[in-house]
Amino acid sequence: MRQNPLIKVFLAIYLVIFFSYLLGPLVIMGITAFNSPSFPKAAPWECLTFEWFSVLANDHRIMTGIRNSFIVGIGTVILSVIIGLAGALVLTQIWPKLRATYYTIVIAPILIPGVVLGISTLVFWGRMNAFLGLSDESFLQNGIFLTIIGQTTFISSYCMLVFVARLQRFDQGLTEAALDLGATHVQAFRKVMLPFLYPAMGSAAVLAFLASFENYNTTTFTFGKYPTLTIELAQKVRYGINPSISALAVIIVTITILGALFYEMRKRREAMAIANGAPASAVSGGGFKLPKMLAGNPAAIILALVLIGGIGTVLFAQAYNPQACKVEVREEKRKATDKRIQELQEKAKQRSLQEKLKGPDIFNQPAQSPVPPAQAPSNPGSGTFGDVFNPGNLDEGDAKKTPDKGSSLNPGSGTFGGVFNPKNLNESSGKGTSQ
Amino acid sequence: MSTGVGVDLDDVWVKFGDFVAVREANVSIKGGEFFSFLGPSGCGKTTILRTVSGFQEPSQGEVRIGGTNMVGIGPNLRPTALIFQNLALFPLMPIWENITFSMEVRGASKGERRKRADELLELIALQGQGDKMVNELSGGQKQRVAIARALCAEPDVLLLDEPLSALDLKLRQHMRTELRAIQKQVGITFIYITHDQGEALTMSDNVAVMSAGVIDQIADGRTIYDDPASPFVASFVGENNVFSGKIKTITKDYAVVDTPAGDLRAKIGTAARGKLQKGNDAMAFVRPEALAIAAGRKGKDENRLTASIKTEEFEGQSYNIFLNQADGAEIKMSLVNQGQAYEHAPGSQMTLSCNADQAVVLPAGALASE
Ligand SMILES: Nc1ncnc2c1ncn2[C@@H]1O[C@H](COP(=O)(O)OP(=O)(O)OP(=O)(O)O)[C@@H](O)[C@H]1O
Ligand SMILES: [Mg+2]
Repeated sequence: MRQNPLIKVFLAIYLVIFFSYLLGPLVIMGITAFNSPSFPKAAPWECLTFEWFSVLANDHRIMTGIRNSFIVGIGTVILSVIIGLAGALVLTQIWPKLRATYYTIVIAPILIPGVVLGISTLVFWGRMNAFLGLSDESFLQNGIFLTIIGQTTFISSYCMLVFVARLQRFDQGLTEAALDLGATHVQAFRKVMLPFLYPAMGSAAVLAFLASFENYNTTTFTFGKYPTLTIELAQKVRYGINPSISALAVIIVTITILGALFYEMRKRREAMAIANGAPASAVSGGGFKLPKMLAGNPAAIILALVLIGGIGTVLFAQAYNPQACKVEVREEKRKATDKRIQELQEKAKQRSLQEKLKGPDIFNQPAQSPVPPAQAPSNPGSGTFGDVFNPGNLDEGDAKKTPDKGSSLNPGSGTFGGVFNPKNLNESSGKGTSQ
Repeated sequence: MSTGVGVDLDDVWVKFGDFVAVREANVSIKGGEFFSFLGPSGCGKTTILRTVSGFQEPSQGEVRIGGTNMVGIGPNLRPTALIFQNLALFPLMPIWENITFSMEVRGASKGERRKRADELLELIALQGQGDKMVNELSGGQKQRVAIARALCAEPDVLLLDEPLSALDLKLRQHMRTELRAIQKQVGITFIYITHDQGEALTMSDNVAVMSAGVIDQIADGRTIYDDPASPFVASFVGENNVFSGKIKTITKDYAVVDTPAGDLRAKIGTAARGKLQKGNDAMAFVRPEALAIAAGRKGKDENRLTASIKTEEFEGQSYNIFLNQADGAEIKMSLVNQGQAYEHAPGSQMTLSCNADQAVVLPAGALASE
């Protein structure tokens, strides 16, 4: 069947737009992680740098946030998988008559807004705590405990859906066969049904962990003294971000891609093994034989390439020093700034000439005069408007005068929210006086 | 052998709500017997088997295995092993673990289990394939693994629920012979379920024919075929022509039925002896192979029937002629192919003959709808 070439073109354009929409933000964010300006920017490209990764590694709050997220994630996974499995077993095996009612009740937490769950968790356990006469420091009021409990209320429902889907494909006859062959009910469950559920347990655990890791709505009410990563990120956005966030995003995206590729590779390997008639166990259990493993398995090839690329990047980052480039960029910026200052001075002169002709203009004057010196060190390409909100450029102007201060390594500085950051104000005002 | 464990069903009823799946089943199966339940889909065969294996408690009546009442004894404690309609092999275990599952749950060591698995794999002609997974076997091999798994439990009674229904014809015939051979070899009681009458007749010592929850007849294959107890059995087991009408005259062993094809003198079925009277609605059954084209003078026990020809059909070893009786009921006649040429004009009348001893009279009743 021949296709109209026009349709093909449109299809291609559509696909490009569609994927740019889906993946564009991630790509842009990925680029900003390697660009040297201290406010996340993809363009203009200044210097290739890996410093944001070390900024990230040295950011105590982010690191603690990640640690808390992991603790909460693991706790939620364990609790949700157990509760979800129990719920699914009841739903599919035990109460066939109450199925619909029970289903509605158990699924409800997914439909309730996370905010409500968070508040109710907080209130409920607060009351519990008071009821039991425990102190405010008791574990019932502990942020980790509350967050795990709060997230589990709805994440266990996700897990239950995964298990129900799997259990619906379970042949009840297998349990009967096991009983018929003399197994007790416990043996039949352990030896026949549980192994059947292992893959679902894996999926449910991954799902639960991801849902827990990215949760904000519920956690924001329950985290107490243990902010998770999402909480920390949200707070950072309020107080100012720098590309170390992008660096974190790059790491997370890379891990996700690696995981997906690894999963795909294994699946294909098993599919190939079955197609070849060999027992899947013999293949999947085997050691790493690279060439054979790669044969006809695109996922494995891509995985290998990504791994090689990743290792190469890390090695390169060890050896690479962006200092030379930075000096160059600074030099360029300085030249551009000088030029700009000259232009502005020129304009100011002309204006004062005009004003002398027209009389004083009260409204324009104060707005314009303080900006040029502060704005001066910004990159030549960027618009003036954005720069008002970008004190990061001030830092660079600052760093230019005292290069060994390394202010760009300071995670708290140089952000769009920096307007609200008293430290930044001080710096710029200090600079203002020094100029 | 032959001193195996018998199974008795004593007035067993199984009800699901208002629905009666099994009605008043009285069956006595001797130890070491190959016993079949035969009946159309949905007649309650599986339900009976589940009451024997313990998955279904009878609503009323008693199941005895080896003389012991089984009430309240769970399926894992009964001396039965069931081969499920869909086999129900454990997909995540290799073949040898499947086969020896019953030993595993009793706590047998791995060495013991491997040894027993090898013995049974040899019995089912799958030696050396114990490490394969279930999905790597063919349908017939799975079948044999299911049998080995059940045998490994060393049951006194092996229950088989249509185990061959998923197989193609060739394999089915092969497996029938093999099953029968295995049964002879191990000498335990087999209770076999099928809706394939050929299977039931070839393999079984005794057959119970069921229709809609009721057991119509229990007898050996030959009796079932030649002396059916009800119109349902007559029409369900093998092909049969039905000639219905009122009884014209009746003696102790024979009755004459006034059928649309003419008067038909037939032997009274054993089950109907003494239950028929002149004027009753009756049905006479004549097998297609018992009919012939009338020729020469009418013999003493011979019937002459007339019908109009509808179509003819050549089937290799036999040649079939389909005719209509005056009331439209169909007749099928099978003639052994002896190389003779037939050509009969559709619509023309034909006179058939059949012997009174090859026709059976029963009280009118429901036929198998097939
Ligand atoms: N658990 C149950 N609840 C309600 N009705 C049931 C149940 N099990 C079986 N039945 C009904 O009992 C009747 C007999 O079912 P059974 O499974 O014994 O049929 P069968 O003879 O084995 O048929 P097939 O040859 O198709 O396997 C059917 O009408 C079925 O709908
Ligand atoms: Mg059945």
